[in-house]
Amino acid sequence: MKNALELFGRYYLLMRIVLVKPDRWRIFWKQFIVDTEKLILSSIPIVAVISVFIGAVIVIQTAYNIENPFIPKMYVGYMARESLVLEFCSTMIALILAGKVGSNISSELGSMRISEQIDAMEMMGINSANYLILPKIVSSVVFNPLLMLMSFMVGLLGGAGIIIFTGVINMGQYTEGLQYAFRSYYIFYSMIKMSAFSFVITSVSSFYGYYATGGSLGVGRSSTKAIVVSSISILVVNLVITQLMLN
Amino acid sequence: MITVKEINKYFGDKQVLKNISINYMPGKCSMIIGASGSGKTVLLKSLVGLLEPDSGEIWYGDTLFSSLDFQGRKNIRKEIGMLFQGGALFDFATVEENVRFPMDFFTEWSREEKRDRVNFCLNRVNLENVNKLYPSELSGGMQKRVGIARAIALNPKYLFCDEPNSGLDPHTSIVIDQLISEITAEYNITTVINSHDMNSVMEIGDHVGFIYKGELVWVGDRNNILTATHKELNEFVFASNMAKKMKEMMGVSG
Repeated sequence: MKNALELFGRYYLLMRIVLVKPDRWRIFWKQFIVDTEKLILSSIPIVAVISVFIGAVIVIQTAYNIENPFIPKMYVGYMARESLVLEFCSTMIALILAGKVGSNISSELGSMRISEQIDAMEMMGINSANYLILPKIVSSVVFNPLLMLMSFMVGLLGGAGIIIFTGVINMGQYTEGLQYAFRSYYIFYSMIKMSAFSFVITSVSSFYGYYATGGSLGVGRSSTKAIVVSSISILVVNLVITQLMLN
Repeated sequence: MITVKEINKYFGDKQVLKNISINYMPGKCSMIIGASGSGKTVLLKSLVGLLEPDSGEIWYGDTLFSSLDFQGRKNIRKEIGMLFQGGALFDFATVEENVRFPMDFFTEWSREEKRDRVNFCLNRVNLENVNKLYPSELSGGMQKRVGIARAIALNPKYLFCDEPNSGLDPHTSIVIDQLISEITAEYNITTVINSHDMNSVMEIGDHVGFIYKGELVWVGDRNNILTATHKELNEFVFASNMAKKMKEMMGVSG
C-alpha cells in the first residue's frame, strides 16, 4: 500500500511538470506532428484489421443467438452497433493500444533515460518531461477518439461484409437495425471514454519509461509494467466513466 | 568559477560523498580522478544538479546553485555544456539537429545563423560532411566530438565531461583531450572532467582532485601527481605494471 501511494505520488509529481505550458510552441507542434504520426497514424492498420474481424464476429454470434422467430432479424444490426459503440471501439481498442503504443512509449523513453539523453536535455535547462511527454498525451487525447470513430465505422462494415458473404441476414435488416433507436449520446460517451483511456495509456507508459532504471533489462521491465498498469487502469476508468455517464 | 563547500551525499545509509570542498577556476581543465565507485560521478552529477547533495553548497560565480529550483537553475544551465560518457546524442536527430537543439530552445537566431553556428561548432571539433548523419552512423570518437560540438553550441562558461575517453583508442583519446583543453583555454571555460585515465590526467590535468571512498584526499596538478606521497593516490596512479616499471625507472618514492 505504501509503495502504491509512493508510486502514485511520483506519477502526480511527473504530471505536474508535464502539464505546463511548453517552452516553445513551435517545438511543441513539431513534436506533436511527429508523435501523431508515430502513435496514431501507425495504429490505423492494426485497429482497422481488428475492427473488421470483430464487427463480423459480432454479427455472426448475434445472428446465431437470435434464432427466435419472434425477435426481428434487424436486432442483429442493432446489437452489433450497440456492442461496437458502447464497449468494443473504446475499451477493447484502448486495451490493444495500451500494448502497442504503451510499449512503444515506455521503451523509447526508457532507452533515452538509460543512455543519458534525458539527462542531456535536463542539463541544457530543458523541461525534458514536458518536451517528450506532453505532445504524446495531447496527440493521443485529441486523435484517439477519431481512431475510435474509424474503428466503429470499419466494424460496421465488417458486419456488412460477413452478411454479404454468408447471407446470415439480409442487408436491409442489417441497415434497419443500425438505424434503430440510435442515440448519438453513446458516440459522445465512447469518445470521452477513449480520450480518458488515451490519457491513461500515454501518461502511465511515459511515467514508467521516464523513470526506467537498470539498463536494457530495466527498459524491458518498465515496458511490461506500463502495459499491465495501463490495462488495469483502463478497466477501472471504464467502470467509473460508465457509472458517471450512463447511470 | 565554481565553488564547492562541504557537500555530503548519501544513498540510503551509505555516504558516497564526504564533506567535499574544492574550487574550479576558469580557463583550466580541472580533473576529478579516482577508482570506480569512489564517488566521482556522483560528485560531477551533484555539481550540475542531476543529483542533489544532502548538505553543503555549490556556487556558480556569485549564485548559490544548490539552493535554486528548476526554473532558477535554467539560466545557469544555459551557460553549461556537458559531454556525457556515452555521448548522449539524441537518436531521433541528425548530427546537425543534435548540435542545433539548444539553439532551437534558447536563441532567436534565424535558420541561417543556426546553420552557420552548427557548421562552426562541427568544424571546431574537426568534423565535416556529417551534418545529415544519425548518431548510430558515427564511430565512438565522432560521437564524442559531436557531443563536444553540442556542448559548446551556446558558448558555455562551464563545461563538464564525464569520462570523455571511455571506450576510445589511445590516439582518439588524445585527440579528444587536446580538443577539450584547446576549447577551455580559447573560450576561458571552467572545465571539470571526471576520469580515471592517467594518460588524460598527464595530458591536460591543470588541476587534479583525487577522490578515495567519497573523500577528496589529494589536490594538485599533473606536475606533482607522480611525486605525490599519498598512499592511495600512488596505488591508483601506478596501478598498471607498465606504470610500476616506469616508477622504478624514474626512481619515484612513495
